[in-house]
Amino acid sequence: MAFCALVSKKALGSALRSGAADLGSGLCQIRRLQTFSLPDLSYDYGALEPAISGEIMKIHHQKHHQAYITNYNKALEQLDEAIQKGDTSKVVGLQSAIKFNGGGHINHSIFWKNLAPTNEGGGEPPKGALGWAIDADFGSFEALVQKMSSEGAALQGSGWVWLALDKELKKVRIETTANQDPLVTKGLHLVPLLGIDVWEHAYYLQYKNVRPDYLKNIWKVINWKHASDAFDGEAA
Amino acid sequence: MTSSSSRVTAQLELKAPPYPLDALEPYMSKKTLEFHWGKHHRGYVDNLNKQIPGTDLDGLTLEEIIVKSYNKGSPLPTFNNAAQAWRLIWNHDFFWSSMKPGGGGRPSGLVLELIEREFGSVEALLNEFKQAALTQFGSGWAWLGYDEGIAVNPSASPEHNKLVVVQTPDAVNPLVLDFFPLLVVDVWEHAYYLDYQNRRPDFVSTFIEKLISWDAVSERLEEAIAQAAHRVFLSSSL
Repeated sequence: MAFCALVSKKALGSALRSGAADLGSGLCQIRRLQTFSLPDLSYDYGALEPAISGEIMKIHHQKHHQAYITNYNKALEQLDEAIQKGDTSKVVGLQSAIKFNGGGHINHSIFWKNLAPTNEGGGEPPKGALGWAIDADFGSFEALVQKMSSEGAALQGSGWVWLALDKELKKVRIETTANQDPLVTKGLHLVPLLGIDVWEHAYYLQYKNVRPDYLKNIWKVINWKHASDAFDGEAA
Repeated sequence: MTSSSSRVTAQLELKAPPYPLDALEPYMSKKTLEFHWGKHHRGYVDNLNKQIPGTDLDGLTLEEIIVKSYNKGSPLPTFNNAAQAWRLIWNHDFFWSSMKPGGGGRPSGLVLELIEREFGSVEALLNEFKQAALTQFGSGWAWLGYDEGIAVNPSASPEHNKLVVVQTPDAVNPLVLDFFPLLVVDVWEHAYYLDYQNRRPDFVSTFIEKLISWDAVSERLEEAIAQAAHRVFLSSSL
């Protein structure tokens, strides 16, 4: 086992990394610790104006999301080491950092795809299967928007408001999560179709304390095509 | 804890910070105070004022409301929204008093003595305080408090009392946790975003170095000790 501990460390050269995983009988597999990196946006920082300012998009992406990733990678490395050493206290102690930073990475990766400039379809209501599901489960698209905005505004502290597909019931519904808890913490059968970040950092520089105005305007840049694709992919 | 109690009658008043809104510049801008006090804090007061009149919470002090609605950990649902507002109002009143223009520096007297006894040094205490502020994921608060130990032992005597650093999420308030707050820093993003954006560590360091009112901490400690002594007196005279 000591040899396993050695070879899973990041300090190894790229030859080992690139995948000679099986070193033959008597030796264990090399575990490669995956590190994560900041995904690019498919639009410029300023492309969502005036709904969300370029200043916010840049700080949100380059500072906040990057920090979650950096800290997630760090926590994973520490977790790896703790597992190797059999240090159960440390393993348990790291869970909140992993949940927070890993959750932050998951949630923001979804968020960037949930947004699109208006000249690239942002704001266009969903057609097809998702559109019908929304009508069936909320009455109308407008009713969904109104309900999701009001739940987002009412969320106390920091968190997210989600449009979720319940895979078991085959219905769409609204959920909220606190802090950076990803949607799965509300149920493994829930698939995020659309998430709106209601942490203050998502809107403060532009909207200050008036979260409801942010929620009113963000609908103009919501990428319903991505939500529809996610729905079609799961509901089939 | 009488220093910030307000008797809630028909209308709670928004208390102003004990200094002009530009007095904490450049460490906390006037713009931040205008929004943080003028919009957020004011909003909690306005919200509360809509919810109290005609209920049996009319006429209680802010502290009484907080403790009553917390209901030892099973919050009374009727008062949940109002309770949130009350806790936020109390926390914000306390936050303004935790700071002063020309603040920072280092504590002295009994505060210093208790810090050194409990933490070893002022630097160690401030480091723990900073860590509490930085690891409060999401919205919340970091506190320095005086723990009488009565949560564990109701007849604990003053030798058991000590200083503690505590973090709380969202609107949670130490009045329900049985310790006497001496100092707080607000780490909701709205507290620092206009001036520091994502850089919470810079904000907390600046709060420590330039804004803390150690005078206020000393006064609060005297109150805490007096309260603890009174409690011991009461229990020993039964």
